[in-house]
Amino acid sequence: MGEIKFMKGNEALAEAAIRSGLQGYFGYPITPQSEVVEYLAMQEPNHNYVLIQAESEVASVNMVYGAAAAGARVMTTTSSPGFSLMQEGVSYIACAELPCVFANIVRGGPGLGTIQASQGDYFQAVKGGGHGDYHLIVLAPNSVQEMVDHCRLAFELADKYRNPVMLLSDGSIGQMMEKVVLPEPIPYKPDKPWATTGKTPDRKRNIITSLYIQSEDMEKKNQTIQAKYQEITKNEIRYEKYRVDDAEIIISAFGLTSRICKKVVDLAREEGIKMGLFRPITVWPFPTDQFAEFAAQDRVKFFLSAEMNAGQMVEDIRLSVNGKKPVYFYGRQGGIVPTPEEILNAAKGHLK
Amino acid sequence: MKEGYEVVYKRPKTLLDKRMHYCPGCFHATIHKLLMEIVEEMGIQEKTVGVCPVGCSVFAYDYMDIDMQEAAHGRAAAVATAIKRMLPDRYVFSYQGDGDLAAIGTAETIHACNRGEKFTFIFINNGIYGMTGGQMAPTTLEGQKTTTSPYGRNVQKLGMPLKMAEMVSQLAGVAYAERVSCNTPANTRKAKKALKKAFEIQGKGLGTTFIEVASNCPSGWKCTPVESLDWLKNKVYPYFPLGVFKDVPAVKEEV
Amino acid sequence: MLVEMIFSGFGGQGVLSMGKLLAYAAMKEGKEVSWMPSYGPEMRGGTANCIVNISDEPISSPVVTAYDVVVALNLPSLRKFEPRVKKGGILIWESSTIKQPPTRDDIKTYAVPAVDMASNDLKNVKVMNMLILGALVKAMAVVKTDSLLLALKETLPPRHHNLIPLNQQAIELGMAQVK
Ligand SMILES: Cc1ncc(C[n+]2csc(CCOP(=O)(O)OP(=O)(O)O)c2C)c(N)n1
Ligand code: SF4
Ligand SMILES: [Mg+2]
Repeated sequence: MGEIKFMKGNEALAEAAIRSGLQGYFGYPITPQSEVVEYLAMQEPNHNYVLIQAESEVASVNMVYGAAAAGARVMTTTSSPGFSLMQEGVSYIACAELPCVFANIVRGGPGLGTIQASQGDYFQAVKGGGHGDYHLIVLAPNSVQEMVDHCRLAFELADKYRNPVMLLSDGSIGQMMEKVVLPEPIPYKPDKPWATTGKTPDRKRNIITSLYIQSEDMEKKNQTIQAKYQEITKNEIRYEKYRVDDAEIIISAFGLTSRICKKVVDLAREEGIKMGLFRPITVWPFPTDQFAEFAAQDRVKFFLSAEMNAGQMVEDIRLSVNGKKPVYFYGRQGGIVPTPEEILNAAKGHLK
Repeated sequence: MKEGYEVVYKRPKTLLDKRMHYCPGCFHATIHKLLMEIVEEMGIQEKTVGVCPVGCSVFAYDYMDIDMQEAAHGRAAAVATAIKRMLPDRYVFSYQGDGDLAAIGTAETIHACNRGEKFTFIFINNGIYGMTGGQMAPTTLEGQKTTTSPYGRNVQKLGMPLKMAEMVSQLAGVAYAERVSCNTPANTRKAKKALKKAFEIQGKGLGTTFIEVASNCPSGWKCTPVESLDWLKNKVYPYFPLGVFKDVPAVKEEV
Repeated sequence: MLVEMIFSGFGGQGVLSMGKLLAYAAMKEGKEVSWMPSYGPEMRGGTANCIVNISDEPISSPVVTAYDVVVALNLPSLRKFEPRVKKGGILIWESSTIKQPPTRDDIKTYAVPAVDMASNDLKNVKVMNMLILGALVKAMAVVKTDSLLLALKETLPPRHHNLIPLNQQAIELGMAQVK
């Protein structure tokens, strides 16, 4: 077993990145995420990664671009306004197919908003955010342990598909301390023949670009990355089920709210209400078929999505369910974490 | 008022009677007061529009009884530019920290100065990111410890602290650039004079005015307010000297 | 069993660290724990708090708004969190600095003059938080005293281990305040 520690989500994420062979980190302070760069600054003398506190998120994301294209294992982390600022670079990275990891420790928006936890950036994370047709692989951890586990997974998926991967976390997971089991450090040997490391006689020159000025070329590029997205959708959908086998109500949530909803399910069951939780772990690719399967079962009466936003993932559930069953929503905004009781009450309100 | 007493100090009406969220001893509070005194003395409350971007002073609009806009981190100069261009007869100022003005917003700062945008920059240089909990700023001194330079700022990797007042004074659009501080009553009076002068030059439309305050951050520097004054005197002023770096109106008068 | 607690007071009174220590001790006993600090500009005003949950089962939400145990070390915190103690819950408050006692009678309240006792009896006001923690574990046995001491040993850097006996004394003194 790995080393057991009591750590903050942000620090655990930084430590996990180090243990996954991090070679470059570029970031800019923003609450509630700054502990990542602070932790890396503290650990810097013990490791070999390159660490730069950039002058802005715009610079950070473009440093990620450059370092990833140079073949390094790289990451940046930020919180909502910072990730908004990165969007141009994210779109370029997606088109240039550069493996890298982003973490968004989401806070309440829109605008400068609040620094308290929120899930208001779901759309931005899974529907693009930047311009053009692209997707990040998006993992939604719900504990400090998953900050660690998903970090390593994110680096692996990024390399496997040459695609940026994002951890869609939130301020409370970033700030809270929990028990974590840390994985063994792994040495990282990049195998990236496409990287711009200097042209040797044995290969053609490597170009990293997102410019395809001829429409035909641009369409071909789009088809390539869309084919990749299909491959990812086939292979990488992850989810968790809790007491769904006989459930008549399927409650759904990602990230922090999924923990709260487990409690909701237990409370409901105590009252004799047959409820189960279906939690997408990858929110892109989205477990569409799994939702459709539930919708096809006679015993399932309705779905309820609980989120810390004004209703975002609920739209993907509705698309998956495709009108077969009602899909309801309950949410809090502004950095307020819903209680199990209020979610349960919302569900009961739809029972009649 | 009581017989035999005279008023030696009162809060300017333009400064709202509210408990400030600033840490004890922080110059942000002092500068707020000076600024609002000037607005009151010049009688320009109706003609003043302020811009406060993100940083500890993002809540400045809670204290200043004038119209204000909040701007995204680093973008105050762009926002202020547009306000001033739309309302050229108003007094417009941006109130920015060092992270804001000299890191994420450097491009906006330089270009507003270069265009000679006729608003006043009030630049609170405390050498640290106060609001986010004490990270390194572009103005953090060599060797200074912050949460992201826990072993001291290594200038080999991170470069020397940026001297913004000196830098912008090189730009043609800038009419006035001065660095002031508030560590003593005398310096505080000078700071007020500088701010007032900047506003007057703005009123005459002579170009960009830029007042840098060599400021403190007892919380981020992890010291007492009094110790922060020592740090200013011993470490900050030697690198960031107080004084006037550009004074176009004065030069013009001499000619 | 799930115990939901909040520790609140001025920054510098050690509220965050006492919550952390308690959570760590509980983790050592094999419990599930979470520790959630207040963060950001709200700390500028000088108040700080942390929510600590200790449970036999995985913890659903690290953020809660009603508490089994409230620790209040200054008046603003007492005012803010007294109404949020669950019926029958526990409120521990620092009685040498807070002059307006709590008013509710449907909860158990414990006045601990921790500041005075730490500075007078132990000659070190910094261990005030350990006194409070002692009172807490006596009022409600969320963890064993031994686990607290183990937690101290494992979380304090070795160069501060000479302070462990003093902390132990403070914990014991705090326990003695709760009858
Ligand atoms: C795009 C974006 N990135 C980061 C932040 C977080 N942030 C808020 S204020 C600040 C810097 C504060 O430092 P400074 O400008 O020096 O002001 P001070 O608080 O020191 O007065 C940062 C990084 C943000 N609000 N928006
Ligand atoms: S953190 Fe620093 S800059 Fe901000 S209010 Fe406190 S002392 Fe002033
Ligand atoms: Mg600053």
